[in-house]
Amino acid sequence: MRANPRDVRTGILYIDGDVAAAEGALAAGCKFVGGYPITPSTEAAEAFVRRAPQVGAMFIQMEDELGSISAVMGASLSGKKSMTITSGPGFSLMMETIGFGAMLEIPFVIINIQRGGPSTGVPTKTGQADMMQARWGSQGDYEVITLSPDSPQESFDFTIKAFNLAEKYRVPVMLMSDECVGHMTEKVVVPEADKIEIEPRRLYKGPKDKYVPFKPDKDLVPPMVKAGDGYKLYLSALTHNERGYPTQNIKNSSSRRLIDKIRLNADDIIEIKEEGLEDAEVVVVSYGITSRVAFRAIEQARKLGIKVGNLRLVTVWPFPDKKITELSKKVKGFVVPEINYGQVVFEVERCVHGNANIILVPHGGASVHNPNDILTAIKTIVKDKKRYDGILEFKTELELRIFGSGDNK
Amino acid sequence: MNRMEATVTEIRFGGFGGQGIIRSGIIIGRAASIYDNKSATMNQSFGPEARGGACSSQLVISEDRVLYPYVIRTDILVALSQEGYEKFVHELKDNGKLLYDEDLVKLKSTKRIDTYSIPATKFAEELGNRIIANVVMLGFLTSITQVVSKEAMNKALPESVPERYVELNIKAFDKGYKYGIEQKKAK
Repeated sequence: MRANPRDVRTGILYIDGDVAAAEGALAAGCKFVGGYPITPSTEAAEAFVRRAPQVGAMFIQMEDELGSISAVMGASLSGKKSMTITSGPGFSLMMETIGFGAMLEIPFVIINIQRGGPSTGVPTKTGQADMMQARWGSQGDYEVITLSPDSPQESFDFTIKAFNLAEKYRVPVMLMSDECVGHMTEKVVVPEADKIEIEPRRLYKGPKDKYVPFKPDKDLVPPMVKAGDGYKLYLSALTHNERGYPTQNIKNSSSRRLIDKIRLNADDIIEIKEEGLEDAEVVVVSYGITSRVAFRAIEQARKLGIKVGNLRLVTVWPFPDKKITELSKKVKGFVVPEINYGQVVFEVERCVHGNANIILVPHGGASVHNPNDILTAIKTIVKDKKRYDGILEFKTELELRIFGSGDNK
Repeated sequence: MNRMEATVTEIRFGGFGGQGIIRSGIIIGRAASIYDNKSATMNQSFGPEARGGACSSQLVISEDRVLYPYVIRTDILVALSQEGYEKFVHELKDNGKLLYDEDLVKLKSTKRIDTYSIPATKFAEELGNRIIANVVMLGFLTSITQVVSKEAMNKALPESVPERYVELNIKAFDKGYKYGIEQKKAK
């Protein structure tokens, strides 16, 4: 299905990442946002509000984040593509209902413009430390999909992709952006509506009396109905069977399928951008804004004659296990820069199975990496003969100045 | 840390909230990235500043993709307040260009920099509204530094201001642009 021309602000725009995400949502056909504006995501909410009346969409500023995400659940069940926009503290408050949405397989999108630090942190500066929370922040077993943009253009493109994946797999999808991308203004090319592919709601088409709410299609995803269309629909966040009724028999419940519909479709969901991996001795694994800064280090390293591969995770979750394991058998090591003190690096370590060295280049947030630190880590991998005992945590130039020398020279 | 790319220009705008410091970054960024076919990444200060307080925006313009999104050593500083000048002059490269409003900024530094002054706010008041001082400055910046083309600015400017003020903004831009040409001749 193609986007509706009314929803798409076709043209070459000069906008920030927040606004671009809002434009992406509108282009994807989002008709409802329940939100509680929070720095540094406020511009996205404002942009959506300004455009909403032109496209028949609605924004409700709820009393808090709990209300916001709950309103999103209701709107999506009524058949409208829905999302919320938030940052760290709001993201935390939404966790319980994110689990509810995953459990009842409600398609929706969360835009998380990550800020620095835990708790209130640094509201006006960047961070990438919500990555593990995005994956399993709510209780119990479930899987989600996340996308990490590195520019306003990707904020636009990936928000559309987020809606498509949410509808296709009936799953919460999170745009894990960050303050740097959110507040960065750049050129964004918004294509014509007929060039934008959008995934329509997967609607049940059979007879009313035969409808079984959680009976999946072959790809493990059940079709939906809209609330108010006269189908019999029982929704309970208790562990439930195909009919939606509570059960204590896990085997007969949807529990396993919530996991499998993502894991078994991972090859279709996972998107990575790779370059120079064929003969790489070192691979830099990164996501979001850090990919962009890391690429400068990669370019510098290549000028020094080092063969560096670039592996960008567009979807961090689900994680590209197979790809990392396959690479680990061929390369000397991996460099993983992220704006946190180590989250995704542990997933890399899990998939490397001790086959290669790994250096974490951490960053406490409020800014982006100094590319020189990533370059030094690349050089260290090339130079070191011995196998590290676990992940080597890199000390940045700044940390060395403050705390004295660490392992790296 | 330094940029490797010789084709990169880093610009910092410093002034007060309400002077159009951020708008200036957006207008030049739009001109460079959309009409001059370069890459331009604009960032603004998101500190605890409020209207009337210190405000700054930064712009990185490049022939290729901008990878590191913030300024490191600026090529050009545009100062519309004393604080904006004092706070950011240290990050200006040797032989970098300082453009400032001569009625609002008093120079202190003895650094080796090229300085260009213009009574931007006074010109804006003469044109009828001091709010367009930043656009006078943009005209001045365009002719002095040629970091963007005049043609690109002529297209970007009307798109970036309210319709009823387009004419006034163009006048302001031209005023600054012409003053820049005269200043260059005088140097």
